[in-house]
Amino acid sequence: MLIRVEHTTTYRYARPPRAITQILRMSPMQTDGQHIRRWSVEPDFDARIHQGTDAFGNITHTLYVDNPPHELSLLVTGEVETTDTAGALGQIPERLSPLVYLRDTALTAADPAIRDLAEQHAAGPALNRLHALMGDIAGRMRFRIGATTVHNSAAEALSLGEGVCQDYAHLFIATARCMGFPARYVSGHLFREDGMNLQDASHAWAEAYVEDIGWIGFDAANGICPTDRYIRIATGLDYLGVAPVRGSSFGGQNETMTVHIDVKDMRASSQQQQQ
Amino acid sequence: MAFDEMNGTGGEIRSPYAKAAQWLANASPDLLKTRSRQAELFFRRMGITFAVYGDTESNERLIPFDLIPRIVSGAEWNGLEVGLTQRINAINAFLKDIYGPQEILKAGIIPPELILTNQAYRPEMQGQRPPRDIWVQIAGVDLVRTGEDEFHVLEDNVRTPSGVSYMLENREMMMRLFPELFADHSVRPVETYPDTLLASLKACAPEDAGGNPTIVVLTPGPFNSAYYEHSFLADKLGAELVEGSDLFVDDNYVYMRTTQGRRRVDVIYRRVDDEFLDPLTFRSDSALGVPGLMAAYTAGNVTLANAVGTGVADDKAVYTYIPDIIRFYTGEEPILKNVPTWRCREADDLKYVLEHLDELVVKEVGGSGGYGMLIGPAATKAEIEAFRAKLTAAPEEFIAQPTLALSTAPTLSDGKLVQRHIDLRPFVLSSPNGCSIAPGGLTRVALKEGSLVVNSSQGGGTKDTWVLED
Repeated sequence: MLIRVEHTTTYRYARPPRAITQILRMSPMQTDGQHIRRWSVEPDFDARIHQGTDAFGNITHTLYVDNPPHELSLLVTGEVETTDTAGALGQIPERLSPLVYLRDTALTAADPAIRDLAEQHAAGPALNRLHALMGDIAGRMRFRIGATTVHNSAAEALSLGEGVCQDYAHLFIATARCMGFPARYVSGHLFREDGMNLQDASHAWAEAYVEDIGWIGFDAANGICPTDRYIRIATGLDYLGVAPVRGSSFGGQNETMTVHIDVKDMRASSQQQQQ
Repeated sequence: MAFDEMNGTGGEIRSPYAKAAQWLANASPDLLKTRSRQAELFFRRMGITFAVYGDTESNERLIPFDLIPRIVSGAEWNGLEVGLTQRINAINAFLKDIYGPQEILKAGIIPPELILTNQAYRPEMQGQRPPRDIWVQIAGVDLVRTGEDEFHVLEDNVRTPSGVSYMLENREMMMRLFPELFADHSVRPVETYPDTLLASLKACAPEDAGGNPTIVVLTPGPFNSAYYEHSFLADKLGAELVEGSDLFVDDNYVYMRTTQGRRRVDVIYRRVDDEFLDPLTFRSDSALGVPGLMAAYTAGNVTLANAVGTGVADDKAVYTYIPDIIRFYTGEEPILKNVPTWRCREADDLKYVLEHLDELVVKEVGGSGGYGMLIGPAATKAEIEAFRAKLTAAPEEFIAQPTLALSTAPTLSDGKLVQRHIDLRPFVLSSPNGCSIAPGGLTRVALKEGSLVVNSSQGGGTKDTWVLED
């Protein structure tokens, strides 16, 4: 599939800050399942940008902005050629041992209910257990926007029984780690077949590490392993580690942020144009 | 009977104390009482206080100072100095390896999960090299003595060790109160510590910082228990004392806001914990740090002392491997011993610990400052049972050690001479030019009779520490 992404983040201020510092994790890396044809990160304002790679392997852009205007937008666009690898990540350079991804974080700490859930998937071949866990979470949780915020933990989401893709991912990660599988958070984009190409948030899912196979993606919110409709952007221990933007401003008042994401299948849309 | 620094085990005065014992025998109780009061007055006037966490009664206390110095012979000190240098060099090599190729894990010396899932291991630092490749610029190693030739390392303290201001203030106080004693003894000076620290930090500055790098002391602020020390050290170093909001990062360099505009900062002697350093990388709710600091740090444009992620070397479970760490990186046998330690994460050790809780000291692997530990012999049955439940629920969180008979030293109590247990925290500085240790360090004393807890937060006091020129 050839997927085109347009990801616009707009900030508005009642009174602009004197300076802004941001770290972006918004650019995908090349993997077996995704070939990056073109990708760009372009602010519509003056910024000094340093590109780098963090220890988790993510491409980062550090932005320094002085005296920004009342409104500024960051446009991230790109085209990615994807293939379905049944969720398997394949070989990519990894600076960190998979064991690092057994660590707890505040958002993914296990509580007794999560340990219980892990107990229920204690036996069987590794892949079956992880697939069963994904199905189990999809069955227990109800997808509802607004039920949780970015600060809610996996344990809180499980006790609420509802949440968004971030909560499904955290719950999968927390439980998989209890089961002894290194697991990590993945942010990315999803081309939706229902025609809902305009979205106001990125997608999120999880990856678990299985000995002799490697990293495998699990999207509990949709109950499937990622296919060629997925673009994988950044990975980390939890949402905080992969947040598309982590920023800080000096001075300023009343910041509002809006996000527009447009994910299209280029071939389908060019076929439509031909008809 | 514990080993006594003045009387040894036999009651004969040990040689470093020969003159001091004579002086003590002749000093009138009134003189000692007067001097004690003077010392307290001086300390109050200077404002040397510390805060105690979880203490609602008063938030500022004076740390008790005991007049009787703890005296170490030159020969004893030389042995300790060699041992400490070996240990800190090995810890630096260990951190360089852990955040680099991880040879020690590949060699099977330490279980990888003990390091990689440790909360003090910072994945963000993997593959990073701090400027000049020095990780632990400042260590405060806790030593205890159990016999004439028996010194043990209790903790390595390689995150943000505190207490050096007491070492310096105690010496100043003693020279003021007892000039005649210093005339009788040749005591090696500690007053050069701030100059050595300054030179050591400068030598760790980034390569492009130039000949006269700018150094600042970063404090969490006046509410921190060690704020007095932060301001004291900044003053002695001739460096600015700053809080996170005084600094900012631009284009991957760190700057300080000054009345004359921005000024580049090359070295940050930080007394802020890792997870509060940069809200864009670690805890996003931290107001104590500097947004973007890790970007400047990983770009190699600023030195942090100590480096980020050093805590993985002084985790109490990792501590048990330090002798192996020394052998692995230096090829030598460890000169200073560890305290024998049971790793509760291992089933056999846990079984032993659970059966001997009333004899052992049990500590949280990530804990410090004497908090959250069980001292078996001093605990009630109920305390032991409560601890047993905690230990059984998460054994990997604990280690256990025998209750050591820490050495005692003569100490004043109401004008009378008594014996109280002590430890010693020397401060080890590292730079590309090698290690440097101020002779002596901070002697802490458990002021309650029989008590083995020397932490100032738990009723401990301090003494001046004398290393004699033999």
